[in-house]
Amino acid sequence: MTDMNIDYCGIEFKNPIVTASGTFGFGTEYGEYVSLDEYGGFGAKGLTRQPREGNKAPRIAETPSGILNSVGLQNPGVEIFAEYIMPELAKYDTHVIANMSGNTIKEYCEMAEILSGTDAAIIEMNISCPNVKHGGLAFGTDPATVLELTTEVKKHCTKPLVVKLSPNVTSITDIAKAAELGGADGLSLINTLLGMKIDINTRRPILANNTGGLSGPAVRPVAVRMVHQVYNAVKIPLIGMGGVMSGSDVIEFMIAGARLVALGTGMFVKPDLILDVKKEIAEYMDRFGVKNISEIVGTLRLN
Amino acid sequence: MKKTEQCTLVKKTELVPGIFDFTIESETIADETQCGQFLHIDCGASTFLRRPISICDAENGLVRFIFQVKGEGTKSLANYEVGDKINVMGPLGHGFDIKGENPVLIGGGIGVFPLYKLAKQVNGDVFLGFRDKSLVVLEDEFKECSKSVTVGTDNGTYGYNGYAASAMEKYLDSNQCDMIYCCGPKPMLKAVKQIAESRNIPCQLSLEQRMGCGIGACLVCTCETIYSGTNKHMRVCKNGPVFNSTEVTLND
Repeated sequence: MTDMNIDYCGIEFKNPIVTASGTFGFGTEYGEYVSLDEYGGFGAKGLTRQPREGNKAPRIAETPSGILNSVGLQNPGVEIFAEYIMPELAKYDTHVIANMSGNTIKEYCEMAEILSGTDAAIIEMNISCPNVKHGGLAFGTDPATVLELTTEVKKHCTKPLVVKLSPNVTSITDIAKAAELGGADGLSLINTLLGMKIDINTRRPILANNTGGLSGPAVRPVAVRMVHQVYNAVKIPLIGMGGVMSGSDVIEFMIAGARLVALGTGMFVKPDLILDVKKEIAEYMDRFGVKNISEIVGTLRLN
Repeated sequence: MKKTEQCTLVKKTELVPGIFDFTIESETIADETQCGQFLHIDCGASTFLRRPISICDAENGLVRFIFQVKGEGTKSLANYEVGDKINVMGPLGHGFDIKGENPVLIGGGIGVFPLYKLAKQVNGDVFLGFRDKSLVVLEDEFKECSKSVTVGTDNGTYGYNGYAASAMEKYLDSNQCDMIYCCGPKPMLKAVKQIAESRNIPCQLSLEQRMGCGIGACLVCTCETIYSGTNKHMRVCKNGPVFNSTEVTLND
């Protein structure tokens, strides 16, 4: 029998598959296609201190093997989540990874406190949203800022804190080390890559926000490379993501060093992607005699 | 649990150059479809995202949709041949709420297709607008099931000379109407919204937007509404595509 149980930050996940925040809402919609119980855990839509309306449409543009999005963190706010949404999600046999984005260190700390009082298993701190003017990415590109932010938020956080890293930096390992030094319990990567698509007829960007975040298979090689680099730079466990479309892709991320792997954009194409992914992982484990999935984490052999 | 479905394409016709009429087999979708809902269709390997296409008709295990080749997705979709399997999700979205004794249906361009199943159900007075005579489609089919059908062309090459919304406005001056159903380009939606609201006639508009997941999770296909807070931006795929005219601003 294949054993997909895996420990992440001291929490046992029944399989290493989670969902990427922002692609899965609060689970309700995809829950009509696949029971949420199938997932090891799921990343809930990114929350902010106050409700946000998000950016104007169009918010999506298709690009080669991927998409650009600029939703702009539309969400009901952390308090509505804590009071009304999380209690519903807690009924499922899966772990919820709550995700938060702030404008200021104070906001991040307040949200960490509120979320620590919920049944969320893990708090993911987004310092890498490319689609909002303040906060998000502004925090995620400077190691000193990441260190200060993580250190402060840790003081207000009683759950494992996972920092979500941006690929839009010169050295992702410097950012990763700063988060680890600040006390992060884990890291997730990658957020989307900043991009643009232009309508040549109107000479305007397709996205109302002009730029957006690139996701989908187009970014996967970048994400795998970054997971590999960060795995070698820090000791805390990683959640890998970026264009996963199959079980093989999950295995690839795990070999590179991820303990959990998130599905995201791929679910737009296949809402029941998780089922195929788990089947393929089981087949891989059988073929290579892998007893527990954690055995393959970080087993990359460089040439 | 809902599922994606591999459906066989059983009929394919090119109505006018670039506009394709597809019929696929699916008992489930045919049974479940409500007027104004859509399918989220895998258009083939050359595109990544599915494409939302409105359902034109659905009955007896057959589902019909008509689309215009506009970009890569629809170009790829048009390459399917009879006998091929097409992967679809659906029916999706909130369709038309059927109400009223004297309904008017108004559609423009490719917006006429989502009104066909509705037309068969409500027996109303129909206004169809097209840019040019060469693009007029489904006129006879609408005539078979409607009280009256007025076809107009923007350039006057066929039927009423001018916008379908103007033809409808003239009709409303001397006729009873207690519900307007509309699907068409943004200028038509705006004109119909204005006409309906100035006369206090309830009106439902079917909106279009670039979509991602198609089921309401990813929040990309937003439209602006009169509400405040995070309800201001509602999801065209889930809360719509059909909205009451008084809910939406049509500003985006």
